[in-house]
Amino acid sequence: MGLALASLVTDAGPALSVGLCLLAIPLIALLRNRPNLREAASLGVATLNFLLVAAIYAAHGRGETIPVEVFRITDDLRVAFRVDDLGLLFALTASFLWILNTLYSIGYMRAHHEHKQTRFYICFAASIAAAMGAAFSSNLFSLFVFYEALTLVTYPLVIHAETPVAKAGARRYLVYLLGLSIAFQLPALFMVKAYGGTFEFHAEGLLRTSTASAGVLSLIFVLFLLGIGKAALMPFHSWLPAAMVAPTPVSALLHAVAVVKAGVFTVSRVVFHVFGVKLLGDLGVHEVLVFAACFTIVTASLIALAQDNLKRRLAYSTIAQLSYILLGVGLLVPDAQVGGLAHIGFHAAAKITLFFCAGAILVATHKTLVSQLDGIGRRMPITMGAFTVATLAMIGLPPTACLVSKWFLVEGAAEGGHGLVLAVLVVSTLLNGAYFLPIVWRAFFRPSPDGETGWKEAPWPCVVALSATALLTIGLFFFPGIVLDLARGVVTAAGGVR
Amino acid sequence: MDASLPALVVVVPMLAAILTALAGRWWRRHAWPVALLATAFAAAGSLRILWRAVHEGVVLYRMGGWPVPTGIPYRIDLLNGIVLAMVACVSFLSVLWMRESVKREIRQAGQASYYAVVLLFTTGFLGITITGDVFNLYVFLEIASITSYVLVAMGRRREGLFAGYQYLILGSIGATFVLIGIGHLYMATGSLAMTDIAARLSGALVDHPSVVHTSFAFITVGLAIKMALFPLHSWQPGAYTYAPSSASLLMAATATKVAAYAFYRFAFTVFGTHYVTARLPQVMDGIMVMAAAAMVVGPLFAVRQDNLKRMLAYSSVGQIGYVVLGAALVNASAMTGSIAHFWNHAASKGALFAVVGIVVLRSGSPHIDNLRGLGRRAPWTAAAMTVAALSLVGVPLTGGFVTKYYLALGTLETGRGVLLAFILLSSLLTAVYMWRCLQRVWFADPDLEPAVTREAPWTMRVATLTFGAACLVFGVFAWIPVDIASAAARALLGEN
Repeated sequence: MGLALASLVTDAGPALSVGLCLLAIPLIALLRNRPNLREAASLGVATLNFLLVAAIYAAHGRGETIPVEVFRITDDLRVAFRVDDLGLLFALTASFLWILNTLYSIGYMRAHHEHKQTRFYICFAASIAAAMGAAFSSNLFSLFVFYEALTLVTYPLVIHAETPVAKAGARRYLVYLLGLSIAFQLPALFMVKAYGGTFEFHAEGLLRTSTASAGVLSLIFVLFLLGIGKAALMPFHSWLPAAMVAPTPVSALLHAVAVVKAGVFTVSRVVFHVFGVKLLGDLGVHEVLVFAACFTIVTASLIALAQDNLKRRLAYSTIAQLSYILLGVGLLVPDAQVGGLAHIGFHAAAKITLFFCAGAILVATHKTLVSQLDGIGRRMPITMGAFTVATLAMIGLPPTACLVSKWFLVEGAAEGGHGLVLAVLVVSTLLNGAYFLPIVWRAFFRPSPDGETGWKEAPWPCVVALSATALLTIGLFFFPGIVLDLARGVVTAAGGVR
Repeated sequence: MDASLPALVVVVPMLAAILTALAGRWWRRHAWPVALLATAFAAAGSLRILWRAVHEGVVLYRMGGWPVPTGIPYRIDLLNGIVLAMVACVSFLSVLWMRESVKREIRQAGQASYYAVVLLFTTGFLGITITGDVFNLYVFLEIASITSYVLVAMGRRREGLFAGYQYLILGSIGATFVLIGIGHLYMATGSLAMTDIAARLSGALVDHPSVVHTSFAFITVGLAIKMALFPLHSWQPGAYTYAPSSASLLMAATATKVAAYAFYRFAFTVFGTHYVTARLPQVMDGIMVMAAAAMVVGPLFAVRQDNLKRMLAYSSVGQIGYVVLGAALVNASAMTGSIAHFWNHAASKGALFAVVGIVVLRSGSPHIDNLRGLGRRAPWTAAAMTVAALSLVGVPLTGGFVTKYYLALGTLETGRGVLLAFILLSSLLTAVYMWRCLQRVWFADPDLEPAVTREAPWTMRVATLTFGAACLVFGVFAWIPVDIASAAARALLGEN
């Protein structure tokens, strides 16, 4: 009986989850004239969705899951879902943070008197639906559809302010993400079908039986790396800082919950379930990914040093941190891969905290530049406390979850004998400290400008949300089990057991 | 009636044309309803014929009961079933759409005869598609061509006369080439029925190989002009730009693709797959190069146009490349994509020309800046345009993506992966010029007064939205066109 229920949940759950998020759209539209109910609907659906994903997680692992077809476009092109560890890792991260992000949005959007809030919440729900669909897609075509949908539904969020700067940023966002995926990801997709015979993911890589030459297979991999713009590998990263014009909750959504995580998730899918660790190792083309990631980590950190705008500094930090994930996955060493995958969840918790804090500072004091933050820690102690915790995570210090993932990364790199990678990790840790710690120091140890005294925190939903994510960052240090187990599950199934 | 439906779908619009031309002098207001009824009958009839072709394989109708090759057979298999349904449905939607536009753009005394010409035009293209006799095909080709020249010249702008004249010269050369080719074919085989010629061709190739080759060359070049295949496309931009909006819509969604169909029919049914692959592979390679060039050059020109009609005309130059590429690759997957594109392109280009026609009706000019604010004042029209644009670019869940997917698969299966770059470059350029439009539609400066101040009349809106919805239906329920197209492609190539 329990088994039947479990398989029912894993079979129907993913489609239900996407459907639930989509259901929020008409609900929000109907309640457009009653803001309190509208926001309640957003929060309610977010909570229900997380519970559903949690139920899928609980039911997962009790026997085989099968791909469940949602609809057939043609015999070759099917949208289908299947629960697996990698998908769950992404889905749990996104669905949980969506709740906090919604809570935060309510405080932020109202305090900031933003216009067109109904459109904002609708697009938010649509982007989570796309993220859930991407997470649970059982084949490459299905994943591609949701990946593209995510780009399109986040576009109105980026252009939200509709100022010339917002329009320019949003155009760059769309041109980069759509352009790269048409120019590079689409041909890779076609080639996978032509040379692999199927789109269906396989635990050991769907291309493992392909008879195509090594050159062709390497080309496909490189096309994927170029085409998955959401992973923000350099030199295709500049859309991410440009998209900073969006309201802060959107930046949080982009950086932590859905968009960039969809990018690294897709790269992970390609590494594990399209190529497979063994094939990539034989081809040797994973080194392209390793070098690109190392280059991105160091360069993005150097650029971050020079940014005075807080959100832009955070954006470059994201670019570097995403490459930790890609680096770990690309090293093809089991420990490093576990570390990289776990970083999807850990980094999300820490980075969303940083964006929440940046937004809270903006709402409370209208400050956007690092150089304006003198003494702000005394006026916004909760916010800056949370900020400090997240900063420690970015550097990889205890007691934060990112230490765990970084530990695995370092161990994996050492195991694989990658001296260069170890050096990059050390240098980037120093750089992370160099561009984050001065902010904390300014906030707590520099005197406030004249006339600025007294308690001035952001609205309570913002403060609750950022405290929760900061606590989560610490909590995951002590209990990293869920995330680590899922990451281990992916690596073990790929044949990387020890 | 079911048995004689193949004859009726051609005869009814023809009789209706005569009726509107004669009676229209006294009852001008009845021309539109008559045209609408006749095309509605053709649309319903052609869908019924396609249904039968899907279930029975081939629908055969002998004119006057004469046996092949003595009499003229109408022979519908899956390939021309698809094209027939496309022509008839597009004609119906175009006639539904055109009432207000004709009132505005055609002088009053000419309106009834305009509908008569539209009906004859439809008759011509339906006839080309349905017939199984090569000479009969030529006759219908001339009917379709002459009516096209008239339609282009009937606008109120003087440039229309010149564009129509240019079209007349090039179109006549094309039609003449086809006729010369058919003459040679008759000389070599002594037959005019397609299936009969195909059966006699191996003998003719032994006796008069050069006559057969000459015939193939003339027919190919003639049809390439008719389908505006790059670099023989020069008549098309002028014709689409200066024709009345309703004529642009009708022609852009049907005309060149029917010529492309005729090429498929000659190449794979009359001359046969073996002939084009084993005897003259260079010809197909040449056509492949032209198609690939068209796919990139068309959008490249379109990017620079500010006149929406001219932009869409260049877009069609590119899109016909997609239709022809599948034939040139002689591969089942690629051909599936190309044949599905008969419907996908009709839907997207139909929707886009319908929207441009609405812009012309409401604002008086097809300039790209007249799209500004369309999203606010005419949201339905703007939505149809958006969907059609996405399909033209080839975004997943629209018809255009399905076409590109199967074409791309075909290029890889035949070991011509380089063509993939052309397909993608074409998509990117298409995205650029459609984005120029959509940006004005949705993100125009709210301070500027919109050029279009209200929605289109309901007849236009229904037709436009149907075109737009078709782009989505062919993308989401793509198995409907793809299953038929794939079976048609396999039948043409003799695979199972």
